[in-house]
Amino acid sequence: MTLSHFVILSLMLCAVGVYGVLTRRNLIGILLSVEVILNGANLNFAAFAHFRASDPTAGAIFPIFVMAVSACEMAVALAIIISMYRRKKRLDVYSLEELNG
Amino acid sequence: MAEIIFTHSYLLLILPFLSFVVIAFGLARKYPSPAKLDKTLRCQDQTSTSQKTQKSAVDFDKGSKLPGQFAILMAALNVLYSLGLATAYYQHVLSRPELYPNRTLICFDLAWLNFSPGLTANMGIYLDPISMMMIVVITVISLLVNIYSIGYMKDDPGFGRFFALMSMFSFSMLGLVVSSNILQMFVFWELVGMSSYALIGFWYEKPTAVAASKKAFIVTRFADAFFLIGILLVSFLAKSFDFQTLNLPETAATLNQVILIGPVPVNLLTLATLLIFAGGWGKSAMFPLHIWLPDAMEGPTPVSSIIHSATMVVAGVFLTARMFPLFSEAVGTLAVVQFIGAFTAIFAAIIAITQRDIKRILAFSTLSQLGYMLFSLGAAKISLGGESGAGLNSLGYSAAMYHVFTHAFFKCMLFLGAGSLIHAVHSNDLMSMGGLKRLMPKTYWSLLAACLAIGGIFPFSGFWSKDAILLAALQSGHYITFGVGLVTGGLTAFYMFRFFFLAFHGEARSELHDVYEDPWMTFSIVALTIPTLGAGLLEHFFAGQVVASGLAYADHLAHPSWLPVIASLVGISGIALAWWLYGHGRTDKAEEWRQRFGPVYLLVQNKFYIDEIYLFITHRIIFQGIATPVKWFDRNIVDGAMNLCGWILHLGGKAVRLAQNGQLQFYLGVTVLGLAVLLFLGS
Repeated sequence: MTLSHFVILSLMLCAVGVYGVLTRRNLIGILLSVEVILNGANLNFAAFAHFRASDPTAGAIFPIFVMAVSACEMAVALAIIISMYRRKKRLDVYSLEELNG
Repeated sequence: MAEIIFTHSYLLLILPFLSFVVIAFGLARKYPSPAKLDKTLRCQDQTSTSQKTQKSAVDFDKGSKLPGQFAILMAALNVLYSLGLATAYYQHVLSRPELYPNRTLICFDLAWLNFSPGLTANMGIYLDPISMMMIVVITVISLLVNIYSIGYMKDDPGFGRFFALMSMFSFSMLGLVVSSNILQMFVFWELVGMSSYALIGFWYEKPTAVAASKKAFIVTRFADAFFLIGILLVSFLAKSFDFQTLNLPETAATLNQVILIGPVPVNLLTLATLLIFAGGWGKSAMFPLHIWLPDAMEGPTPVSSIIHSATMVVAGVFLTARMFPLFSEAVGTLAVVQFIGAFTAIFAAIIAITQRDIKRILAFSTLSQLGYMLFSLGAAKISLGGESGAGLNSLGYSAAMYHVFTHAFFKCMLFLGAGSLIHAVHSNDLMSMGGLKRLMPKTYWSLLAACLAIGGIFPFSGFWSKDAILLAALQSGHYITFGVGLVTGGLTAFYMFRFFFLAFHGEARSELHDVYEDPWMTFSIVALTIPTLGAGLLEHFFAGQVVASGLAYADHLAHPSWLPVIASLVGISGIALAWWLYGHGRTDKAEEWRQRFGPVYLLVQNKFYIDEIYLFITHRIIFQGIATPVKWFDRNIVDGAMNLCGWILHLGGKAVRLAQNGQLQFYLGVTVLGLAVLLFLGS
């Protein structure tokens, strides 16, 4: 188990997340994919802190911080999504294009 | 006492201005006129008894005359003040030539615009014989015309507005004549133009009145543009606006230099004086800018009588007289003034013979008389320098001013009389009048006096002033002008008595209903016979006192005793011809003559087609020949370049808009792609 394994895993998670964000049509699916990206980044933090940093605590705190923030963000995003669902009765991003130029 | 009158001379301007403000913003709104009220009353209570309506109409009638009464009160106070001022001026200035060698008194002079150190435009009151004379004329005529208008305008919905504008006009005209500097004069000059515009278009529902007011304004503005250039030129070179400085010989010497404009050598003095005279050219409606004056007769008749015959149109003559010392030094300017005056005099007199609209006859007669005044001023320069060395004849100047004075009264009266006739017959057409002598005796006898005066018959006022003008032309050696003046005198007598006989004598040529002489109107007409009869007594006063000061005049000029006889004979023969043709109020004899002249008559009756020539020049040459290509260039080349820029930007915007498709994942994808590119570039 070297640093490379973790970095590769986190890259894969990130790639899966980006793929999900770009392809899912459902808003909740997009939200889940964003979470996956964030987790990839968290794993990166923890791995570098473990293998490279002289004091690993800073690297361990950051993922926790990110989790807290993403939990808040999730709450807000879900609220928006619910209100949008109430309004539109659907969550298909292709149909949400009122902001086109 | 005199000191107090002089120091408070600004009251002359304050009183009419106060009258304007009070009527325009107070009385005219609070007390609507009977005609306007009638309409509202009819709308309000259809069901109420007629008795009640009548009663309230009478109540309001009392109040609704208030604007007119207030205007009369103010005008009467102004007459009193101007007479007091004239007395004080006579006693303290004219009677003491050792103290006032120039006969000029500046009552007060207030710094108004500070352009730069040394160049200040003032607001002042400048009293000299001509401004004093004009003050008296304006205030007296303004009072009489206001009295007349109460009768003339009593059924008009714009009763209050009329008196407000008349007061505004009195204010501006008085300001014009008392101006102590040329810039102040220009301001008031434009104000009288504005009042004239508003009063010609007084009946703004009538399209012809609107067109006439626009025409008057545009033509006079066109001339005023040259006037303003002249003012700038003179004041730039003389470093002053004050008439006193401008009229000094040093100013003329400074200006008297030749410069090259392109390849043409131009004398600056001549150029500047001609430019200034151009203002008077338009205002006094000299040929070819005379076209606005006959059309200005669309306004109410009291307006025509005060503005377009007695006061405003002599502003051009007044301006020339005010700057006479400067004009007299210029080479050729006075010759132009004289030529234009003489030409307009005979030109307008010929047209007046053929007109049928009584107000137009009087308008052309006014043009002709203004021509007299101007050629008299021009004739003040003795041709070929004269034998006695001095090149100026003071009689030319004083005779012009004397004619301004006498003409103001008799022409005002003629217009007021014409207004009464129009009121009685409900038409301007001479051919629908006739036989009014029996029905309007007071008007008949008063107008007879006025017609005799304008015809130059002894001892009426016009005889003296015309005689003085002809004598001046003869003394100065302008024989052609003298001949033109003499012939014009005969023509004047002829067309005035054509008007007179056709209106009053013979049988009525149309059905007349309830013809009566309104007391307000008749009073003014009868009152004006006094100056018409008595102004002849002032001849020696004018010849002696009303002269431009500070100039060297030739003295002991010949005074041929045959001149008054000849002038009277010419006038009497004009009247006799009119009597022969129209004396019985019939037109059959004249009709024969008209047939004989055929096309010539038609040419004259259509005013030599000057209006049509103007239309041709403006529409065909200026609008189509110049304005249309310029418009095309503006629309297509100038606007086109701008439109091209806009079109390119619009196209760019359209292209950019394609990227904004509203698809969330497209944006995200582009973001990721951008990130990847950045990473790739960074590594």
